[in-house]
Amino acid sequence: MSILDYFRIDSQKSATVAKERLQIIVARQRSNRSDSRALDFFIPKMQQELLDVVKKYVEIDNEQVKMHIEKEGDYEILEVNIPLPEEKLRKLR
Amino acid sequence: MAKIIVVTSGKGGVGKTTTSAAFATGLALRGYQTVVIDFDVGLRNLDLVMGCERRVVYDFVNVINGEGSLNQALIKDRRVENLYVLPASQTRDKDALTLKGVARVLEALKKRFEYIVCDSPAGIEHGAIMAMYFADEALVVTNPEVSSVRDSDRIIGMLASKTRRAVQNMPPIKEYLLLTRYIDKRVDRGDMLSSKDVGEILAIPMLGIIPESPTVLQASNAGIPITLDNNSEAGVAYLEVVARFLGEEPPKRPKKSIFKWFSSTKN
Repeated sequence: MSILDYFRIDSQKSATVAKERLQIIVARQRSNRSDSRALDFFIPKMQQELLDVVKKYVEIDNEQVKMHIEKEGDYEILEVNIPLPEEKLRKLR
Repeated sequence: MAKIIVVTSGKGGVGKTTTSAAFATGLALRGYQTVVIDFDVGLRNLDLVMGCERRVVYDFVNVINGEGSLNQALIKDRRVENLYVLPASQTRDKDALTLKGVARVLEALKKRFEYIVCDSPAGIEHGAIMAMYFADEALVVTNPEVSSVRDSDRIIGMLASKTRRAVQNMPPIKEYLLLTRYIDKRVDRGDMLSSKDVGEILAIPMLGIIPESPTVLQASNAGIPITLDNNSEAGVAYLEVVARFLGEEPPKRPKKSIFKWFSSTKN
């Protein structure tokens, strides 16, 4: 019985430890999230507008366009990837 | 109006496919026209868990590419009325799912079904985003274990930012927590996170707790959704999840007394 009690006390800690660790890590995850949330908000709209501009000159497929923001240290990098199909390049309007 | 429900988690192996099969079967058992879609292109398994792997001819990607019709790809369940499976492709990769293609298939399914259950692949990449993008509601499947809880929190963040409802400023996806592989005894002993702990950390409404049960493996061995096993405590818990999802409050069951709980759920 005393041995069982010993294990009981020992293991009681692990769930508590897990909870504490999770609370910290989740709080950190969420603070990163709210930073990027503001950016996520205008990305789709900007993506559409950029697409419209590019489409004036080149025929491109909406599905091909990839856009995302990457965090690197203190600053963020906006990456826009639009593959231009060579054969579809057409004249300026 | 058809509802699209994504079953997601971030982490693999927590019970997404088991849940998708059990939940969709549960909805069909209640008389709703239900289809469950495997979004795990390249690693399909829903067909195995549903026991229809030998009946797959055309798949989700075939339908998107126009290589087969939706009717050809949909597999009608032989046990439950109103239940259909749309299998994933085994030979393609996840990029075969395009936003446009998925949208088109879902629109067609909406005309015919009341509930569309999307079984997400693990991870937070393209396949997982495709599965959650058009969802109205989400079941976030979580194990009472640190890595699973953390990944679930990531997925909850993505549901709120990377989906159609978020991007188009519509009312947000309704998120529900589903705790699986739960072991009461270990929680009591203090070496497993309790449902209260996980609920507090993830801060979304809890739809149900599925106890760890050997019957889950037995059911997947046989290709039978666990909600068809009336003797399984996990199956009963999933039926309660379905009831709660449909807005009913199942009778409270006394803790740790499975026998009492069985009689109380049967009333």
